[in-house]
Amino acid sequence: MEFLSDIASLINSTLRISTPLVFAAMAGIFAERSGVIDFSLEGKMLMAAFVAAVGSYFFGNPWVGLLMAIVACVSLSMLHGFASVTHKGDQVVSCVAINILIIGLTTALAAAWFGQAGLTPTLTNEQRFLEITLPFADALQNVPVIGFIYSDIISGHYIFVYLAYLSVPIVYWVVFKTSFGLRVRAVGENPSAVDTAGINVFTTRYKALAINGVLIAFAGAHLSTAVNANFFREMSAGRGYLALAAMIFGKWHPKTALIACLLFGFTDAMQIRLQGVELPMVGTIPVQLIQAIPYVLTVVLLAGFVGKAIAPSAIGQPYIKER
Amino acid sequence: MVSPILELKDINKSFGHVQANKNINLIINKGTIHGIIGENGAGKSTLMSIVYGLYQADSGIISVNGKEIKLKSPRDSIENGIGMVHQHFMLVENFTVLENIVLGFEGEIIFGKNLEKAKTDLKNLCDTYNLNVDLDSIIADLSVGFRQRVEILKSLYRGAEVFILDEPTGVLTPQEVDELFKILRSLKEEGKTIVLITHKLNEIMDLTSEVSVMRQGEVVGHTATESTNREKLAEMMVGRSVLLRINKSKVETGDVVFKVENLTVKDDLDVTRVKNVNLEIHAGEILGLAGVTGNGQTELLEALSGIRQVESGEIYLNGEKISDNSELLNPRELKEKGLAHVPEDRQRMGLVTDFKAYENLIFGYHDQEPYSKSSIMKDNKIIDYSKKVMEEYDVRPRSPHLITSNFSGGNQQKLILSRELNESPKVLLVGQPTRGVDIGAIEFIHQRLIDMRDRGAAILLVSVELEEVLSLSDRIVVMFDGNIVGERVNKDVTDRELGLLMAGVA
Repeated sequence: MEFLSDIASLINSTLRISTPLVFAAMAGIFAERSGVIDFSLEGKMLMAAFVAAVGSYFFGNPWVGLLMAIVACVSLSMLHGFASVTHKGDQVVSCVAINILIIGLTTALAAAWFGQAGLTPTLTNEQRFLEITLPFADALQNVPVIGFIYSDIISGHYIFVYLAYLSVPIVYWVVFKTSFGLRVRAVGENPSAVDTAGINVFTTRYKALAINGVLIAFAGAHLSTAVNANFFREMSAGRGYLALAAMIFGKWHPKTALIACLLFGFTDAMQIRLQGVELPMVGTIPVQLIQAIPYVLTVVLLAGFVGKAIAPSAIGQPYIKER
Repeated sequence: MVSPILELKDINKSFGHVQANKNINLIINKGTIHGIIGENGAGKSTLMSIVYGLYQADSGIISVNGKEIKLKSPRDSIENGIGMVHQHFMLVENFTVLENIVLGFEGEIIFGKNLEKAKTDLKNLCDTYNLNVDLDSIIADLSVGFRQRVEILKSLYRGAEVFILDEPTGVLTPQEVDELFKILRSLKEEGKTIVLITHKLNEIMDLTSEVSVMRQGEVVGHTATESTNREKLAEMMVGRSVLLRINKSKVETGDVVFKVENLTVKDDLDVTRVKNVNLEIHAGEILGLAGVTGNGQTELLEALSGIRQVESGEIYLNGEKISDNSELLNPRELKEKGLAHVPEDRQRMGLVTDFKAYENLIFGYHDQEPYSKSSIMKDNKIIDYSKKVMEEYDVRPRSPHLITSNFSGGNQQKLILSRELNESPKVLLVGQPTRGVDIGAIEFIHQRLIDMRDRGAAILLVSVELEEVLSLSDRIVVMFDGNIVGERVNKDVTDRELGLLMAGVA
């Protein structure tokens, strides 16, 4: 039985850890499929975490915090669009600027408002999202197999976990089965083809960026108002970059990006479990080494196994109509 | 019975200080094939981009069927029955034919019924106009000829009455051109109007009933095609009389100076692009290499000029091995041995376009006396030299300090030629010497190449312009899918025969 509960807890932490990655990767898919590089997932996630925590704290309702996080992230996406779509600036530079800005801004604002650099007050249970116990979870607890799967694995997650995995088929469906998705993909491959079809290239990219902002806000809110009960400095901890790597690993495709996110989540869950465990012959592996596993995996996967990830052809290029 | 379908009045358009279109007046009659001819940079494409709503005119009036229309985006033009097949196809390569065609006109938010209906409609259109396109194939898998049909089908589906085709034959084999012309004629029979933009005189004579000539942003003449001829049109285009045929004397060829044995070359994606190619070029000979773009010519030229490592096989210059799979002389060493290279892509490989003309002229000699002493460049010497060559090669304007990108395509090409021919090379590799070059400069460049040959140089001419290969070469080889599929002596070959070889069917 202990073995089973070990497995359940490993699966649960994988799902939980992957959640912000999934949101961020889906957000990245929208931006990059439309031809706009999004390195600023990291910064936006951090911003969302901060705004969600602050919003929840002041208004006493985590949903208000989430809503404010969405507004903040969509604004940042629009800023990125204004610099790199409208004014044809370098997309990477614009993203790096956003990331640096947000690290400083969140720390400074936290210090100004709460007197602690980069830390917001702890949220009460009313001010944050709690784990949801699905109906009948307790009743089914002791039914063999089904009970284990339903009560121990499917039930008992934060709302964001469910939303994240729900977002994957929705993103797939929007990108591949709707006219809007067709236009988004076309504008990332050959904006001239879209322009000559009489569709505004810039508007299409802005729309994609807006969706990107909404999705990434969920990732941040998950960090500060669900798994944690406050915001702390640089709490996104590279997840935005990891998600970007997962998206590339998944070849800009929701399904494969999801698999990549789960893989990263799984290695992270593993590394937590491995900390302090004594291995025969080797002894205790230093924590730092174990913590590096997901990042090393990223580098190895990207460098070796993905092969030629073919990006949308027009990615990173501002659309210039007149010569 | 003749009624104008499209009317342009006093159209003006400037890009910065350059006026691309000046007071253009043009009437296109319904149900005709109307040619617009002019050199590169004459403003034809700009004008048609205005008609298609891609660019907005600074001033002027556009009317369709006698009604003035405002064109703010291509959407407005499409709604007014104007369709355009661009020189560079406006297709998304990894989409299917169907997806490309419905893009922007999906008719529904979630794909379903309308997409099925579009399929049926498109199949009917294909049958009516004999277009024969598979709607489910991915664009990247289609040949250039088929992609062009997709573009035509796209315009048809969007309800075009006027079809603007911008340089449609540039990338086609002669057979594909025939097919295209058949399609255009059947469009005309169905009452559609066609505007054909081209710089090729033959096409105007073959296909059109009326022709307008553009020069330096202005329409300089209108005429019925039957009352003009190639020479008159060329004169109107250039503004002076031009030689359409090149005078080429017979020259005794010498020994083999350049030899390629069993050469195999891969591209950056590790795909074999040149397959076991053998070539010999004699002194005093121009060997023409014909072929449709993308059949390995680029990789072959790169391997021969020392830019790309060969996979297997050997290259000899004057009997001395210069490259095999273990060794590669770099372009500089090759230059010292008498090999010069005019690259296909002059803006990316031939020039640093952000540099001044004199800097580009001196590359490769910049560290040699008298232009440089103890690693310090002698600007005065270089500029004197630049003035001299610019005079000799008639580069306009003759200002060595001008940034290279400000020269026209023809003058940029002259800068490269003057640099590469400077030390009378024994072997000259030339790629697409007149791509995007105006007629006047073409004449000059061709004459220079002939002069080089007469002085005993061995020249490899790689060009997708069949006419160019035919008019310059002594011997012609055709490349298809990385192989040399045929060799002919120039005087007894026809363009039809070469066309079949280029298409890989002979």
